[in-house]
Amino acid sequence: MARVQAALVAAGFRRYATYRQATFAGAFTNTVFGFLRCYILLSVAATAGGVMAGYTGPQLASYVWLGQGLLAVVNSWTMLDLAERVRTGDVVADLLRPVDPLWTYLWTDLGRAVYAVLTRFLAPLVVGAVAFGLYVPQSLLTYPLFALSTLLAIVVCFACRYLIGLTAFWLLDIRGVMMFWVFVSGAASGLYFPLAILPDWLATVLWVATPFPSLLQAPLDVIVERGGTGHALLVCLGQVVWTVLLLLACRVAQASAVRKLVVQGG
Amino acid sequence: MAELLDTARVYGRVLRAQVRSQWQYRTSMLLEILGSTVVNGLDIATVFVLFSVTGVLGGFTGTEVLLMTALSAVSFTWGDLVAGSADKLREYVRSGLFDSLLLRPLSALLQLAVITFALRRIGRAVQGLVLYIVALCVADIPWTVERALFAVIVPISGAVFFSSLFVAGATVAFWWIESGELANAFTYGGRDFTSYPSTMYGGWFRDLFTLGLGFGFVAYFPSLVLLGKPDPLGLPTAVAWGSPLVSIIAACLATVVWRFGVRHYRSTGS
Repeated sequence: MARVQAALVAAGFRRYATYRQATFAGAFTNTVFGFLRCYILLSVAATAGGVMAGYTGPQLASYVWLGQGLLAVVNSWTMLDLAERVRTGDVVADLLRPVDPLWTYLWTDLGRAVYAVLTRFLAPLVVGAVAFGLYVPQSLLTYPLFALSTLLAIVVCFACRYLIGLTAFWLLDIRGVMMFWVFVSGAASGLYFPLAILPDWLATVLWVATPFPSLLQAPLDVIVERGGTGHALLVCLGQVVWTVLLLLACRVAQASAVRKLVVQGG
Repeated sequence: MAELLDTARVYGRVLRAQVRSQWQYRTSMLLEILGSTVVNGLDIATVFVLFSVTGVLGGFTGTEVLLMTALSAVSFTWGDLVAGSADKLREYVRSGLFDSLLLRPLSALLQLAVITFALRRIGRAVQGLVLYIVALCVADIPWTVERALFAVIVPISGAVFFSSLFVAGATVAFWWIESGELANAFTYGGRDFTSYPSTMYGGWFRDLFTLGLGFGFVAYFPSLVLLGKPDPLGLPTAVAWGSPLVSIIAACLATVVWRFGVRHYRSTGS
């Protein structure tokens, strides 16, 4: 069984490694936005006396540049093929395979994420480190926790996008859902600004009631050591809960979608 | 002259056909218009979330920042309405469909613009315009005749600037099909850059984007002119009045890039 998963991860990796121009173009764009957002947040922090919502200058620089890299790793803005395959009916072929499509898509997406870590994550990281200087974590434990938190972020984001893809069984056209997702996931995940600058009640609601902070804010808070190791563990625990809940939701939604599916013809 | 009118009528007819076909799915279209307006509103809200931290941005007060953000919004959304679909060129080049545009006795660029016109963008264009009018009303502007004229011209020149960017960015597809995101750095990146006062940025990045690429002339310098404020970065006010000129240069450059790209086009051969 492990061979199947390894093959799927490798396939996901290879599929994205083919598009070298797209990788370069994406990394370039992330880098330009990195400069933009970094200067903006640093300027706000400078006016506020050097610290903004508990983040110091180097922490903010890390926040922005790692966020730009992670954006491509969790890949929240690109939808899975699932919806298109539901629309065309190709999903039948996915369902006939001996591996549940949920896991097929997950392993392939992890392969994509590995490729993104090696290219789209590292490029802005290097530029940010050279141009601004990044925050160096004080505790060695932060590194494995960041890796764990990033992995959980990838799976949470995958599960969200899989759920959106599944809505195609009912809606056929997922553009409306997608627009809502892009609309909320950008701001509520901490891409534009750290959620801590929002009013306390709003930030709390986002953390407790929605999976969005698990996408970017969580791994970023871990790596800049906001609130220390205890807080980082709590953040990861929250991500684990969301991962389990969302994957369960995917199973339930898929089961009911498959019951609804009618295959025409022979 | 009569010939020109005839040509304009042809474009008008194609445009009307596009609008009518998109309007067939009325609920879907209304939802998309609403959705893109809300998304755009959120982008503008982001500026004011950051503003709320200290009550100033880059040394400018609320109404001053609003003027810059609104000017950026109106310029971007109208540029986007006119030429934002130019990035569809990628699909035309990939599939070889661009051949059909070249075969007709009309400008390929204008054909592309009317054929790919997206009605859903109208919502945020109206929103941008309303925001700009509100910003003009609440900002502390020492009105003169020149300033009033400038206030009318500047959003148009900003829209021309962004349209030029969309066209130049899309043209890259003639060489690099998978490069769609490259243009985003300057179109959407440019919108984000111009939403904030240029004083917030630093180093070579600020010089490159504000002066080198001309983004400062979309919202930052025109706002200073309207507010009657000197530039904290030290550029003479006379230069700031030259925003429309920068847009004309941008449009000329985009035309040259486009022509060069079209000559470079090789069909898929299928």
